[in-house]
Amino acid sequence: MAEKLKLELVTPYKKVLTEEVDEITATGSLGEFGVLPGHAPFLSSLKIGELSYKADNKVFHLAVNWGYFEVENDTVTVLVETAERADEIDLERARAALGRAEEALKKLTPEDHNFRAYEAALERALIRTQVAAKAARK
Amino acid sequence: MANLKSIKKRIVSVKNTRQITKAMKMVSAAKLRRAQENVVAARPYATKLGEVLQRLAQSQDSDGHPLLEKRVAEKALVILVTSDRGLCGGFNANISKAAERYIKERKGDYAEISVLTIGRKGYEFLKNRQTIRKNYTGVLSSLNYQTAAMLAQEVIAGYLEGDYDEVFLLYNAFRSVMSQDITLQQLLPITPPEASAAEGETPPEYIYEPSKNELLGELLPKYIEVTMFKAMLESVASEHGARMTAMDSASKNATEMIGKLTLVYNRARQAAITTELMEIISGAESIKG
Repeated sequence: MAEKLKLELVTPYKKVLTEEVDEITATGSLGEFGVLPGHAPFLSSLKIGELSYKADNKVFHLAVNWGYFEVENDTVTVLVETAERADEIDLERARAALGRAEEALKKLTPEDHNFRAYEAALERALIRTQVAAKAARK
Repeated sequence: MANLKSIKKRIVSVKNTRQITKAMKMVSAAKLRRAQENVVAARPYATKLGEVLQRLAQSQDSDGHPLLEKRVAEKALVILVTSDRGLCGGFNANISKAAERYIKERKGDYAEISVLTIGRKGYEFLKNRQTIRKNYTGVLSSLNYQTAAMLAQEVIAGYLEGDYDEVFLLYNAFRSVMSQDITLQQLLPITPPEASAAEGETPPEYIYEPSKNELLGELLPKYIEVTMFKAMLESVASEHGARMTAMDSASKNATEMIGKLTLVYNRARQAAITTELMEIISGAESIKG
């Protein structure tokens, strides 16, 4: 496969990635999708989820938090609020956050205005532990 | 001469002041570098988001979303970004005055103009002269995206409820260490960034997921957040730049003053010695005679 995708991953704090990759998988608001070179122009919002890409037959995982995914002309631009590489994630801390969020959720009712915030925190922590676990398995 | 002692005292005190201004300059220089890095780091995100927004807004009949819709402008809000701390030259005074001037100019166009201040200095300047809707202090020293997003949400909420029909953002844009540009930007309703020079070619047809309107609805508030975040970052960088320049010139002035005072001191000392010598000589002469 000669053709490659150019992946750019940007957060408000820094440019996380600029790389040539073969394949990208991400979690959109309507579900998971994959992008290969030659994809039609495409714009989607991303949920809290996992983003993985394949380059040189190696798969890399990232935990991303809310953003956009744009494909145009084999250039993929990902705008997210936070992005963490699997090897940057502190598994201990993520687990602790997971526990905290679970505890808080148990005490709250869905009507509470903090409920959604904690729910999001839970989701984030969950994704981070999953991503970190994937990296550790290799 | 009693004068000698007081000059000496002056020199010591100016030296102490110089030490402080020098230290402040160093601190500002370090902070400026960090702030500058932040500004540069935030730029790609803001530009990319602007691009995406532009493409979306272009391919759509841009009414429909309340944040894009132009209303009859009766009430305006000016968001003024200053710093929390002083000692940075004309940084705060200039922008506060610009805000006041602007409000005076536009008073006829709106029924009401209120101000939202970010930073203590702007608030103190305007609190007795204009209607302050709200003031935020202490958000700039440890600025992060979440804070900016929260502020933006509040502004948007007020806008949607009809508290104001137009929102302007006034801040110091970072030009270089020496200079800041006072920038006025319309925040709401959003005017999408103009299409770049590559006109004529039809934009490629996109696949949208979820629908275009839903995407736009999520993207527009984001855009406000990022714009405010960027403005605040730039203001912080400008503040440190201004303080560094101010402290640098203060140190220079102090050095100059020390030089002058030393000269005066030496002259006075010389004069004292001469008088004393004259007295001794004339005393000796009179004994001889």
